[in-house]
Amino acid sequence: MREKKPALVVTFHTTTAAMEAESFCQAHALPGRIIPVPREITAGCGLAWKAPPEAEAELAAALAGAGIPWAGMTVLRL
Amino acid sequence: MIYLDNAATTLRKPPQVGRAILEALDSMGNSARGAHQGSLGASRTIYNARAKLAAFFRCPRPDHVIFTSGITESLNAAICGLVGPGDHVISTDLEHNSVLRPLYRLEEEGAALDFVPADSRGNPDYGAFASLMRPNTRAVVCTHCSNLTGNLVDVARVAEIAHAHGALLIVDAAQTAGTREVDMQALGADVLCFTGHKGLLGPQGTGGLCIREGVTPRPFKVGGTGVQTYSKTQPAQFPACLEAGTLNGHGIAGLSAALDYLSEVGLERVHAHEQALTRRFYEGVSAIPGVTVYGDFTGDHGAVVSLNIGDCDSGQVADALSEDYGIATRPGAHCAPRMHRALGTVEQGAVRFSFSWFTTEEEINAAVQAVAELAAS
Repeated sequence: MREKKPALVVTFHTTTAAMEAESFCQAHALPGRIIPVPREITAGCGLAWKAPPEAEAELAAALAGAGIPWAGMTVLRL
Repeated sequence: MIYLDNAATTLRKPPQVGRAILEALDSMGNSARGAHQGSLGASRTIYNARAKLAAFFRCPRPDHVIFTSGITESLNAAICGLVGPGDHVISTDLEHNSVLRPLYRLEEEGAALDFVPADSRGNPDYGAFASLMRPNTRAVVCTHCSNLTGNLVDVARVAEIAHAHGALLIVDAAQTAGTREVDMQALGADVLCFTGHKGLLGPQGTGGLCIREGVTPRPFKVGGTGVQTYSKTQPAQFPACLEAGTLNGHGIAGLSAALDYLSEVGLERVHAHEQALTRRFYEGVSAIPGVTVYGDFTGDHGAVVSLNIGDCDSGQVADALSEDYGIATRPGAHCAPRMHRALGTVEQGAVRFSFSWFTTEEEINAAVQAVAELAAS
């Protein structure tokens, strides 16, 4: 397995919200990519946005400004 | 074949629709079912289609565009999700069975139902909307355009009445989506139901509903969503609350391509073209002795003209058009029983001609000529 490093994980209630966030972040050159939701967050399935931990404030402000809902933001070692 | 049954489904599609479907068949996984490229590709395609539809119908949020298998499912989801036993609903004589049958079933389950009558030209009695209102009127369900006469309904006027009485407005846009601008906010629709395979020029098996924020239908069906797996209940968030099971990603890819095509052409051009064809056909056939045309052609009109020749069985006329002239039309009752009763055509039915962006003036001329010959024979 890859070496684990701290990562910001943004979770969403729906796949549509994850896709909306991906589309928005790519259009605005915000860092990160889609990953499966890590089991540390939920044992269910779904998509999350993984980004560098230092991007948390920037991402939160940008997503909130765009009205894109997210469920949570957590830093994990992934 | 001269295809004039576009109110049932548009047969000619833009070539990029088929290409998009084939590409999706070769590349698409199941959306919302993983983070691999196949699934993400599907999720992205579907999200992009949602965003396009939200802009197309001016739905305030892409996640309030719900995909269904077609407008029958959309109307069932809206009607059965918003109306229950003890509620009162108002609808009209112009409606299709995809509205009527869910309503009749709800009536059996304890809802109360009233219909705004249509006059002899097929227009609703607008005054009746207000007079039929009750304190428990939950919703008005109304078509934007009759699939039999092509008459348009002043939906914004109906919305004003419905909202003044605290009722929701559910709009059936089966015959108008893709043929003219349909702005759910301008219309005042709380729920706008559409299908992908008619004026939107997409494939069969696609459709949906656009829902105003704050309106939350109970899920019509429940099941897998790819999220919140261990919850016993359907996710509460849009659109997952109303989308259980695998979406028709291949079809939605085609619908998305069709939306791009319509945006390139422009809805104003589509509308103008279809209006010109409809007017040309109407003027041609209404001048033929023995032909009865149904509907009100005094103003803007859907791309539909229904007629009868004398007292001939509409099925026999449609068969002659098909066999002798290669013209495809739709006879019979058109799943619109109340409209036929209002027009007095239950026994005879009617022959419906309906046009699309791809219908040509030459095809209209040929159809008028065929009707003239059959009427004279």
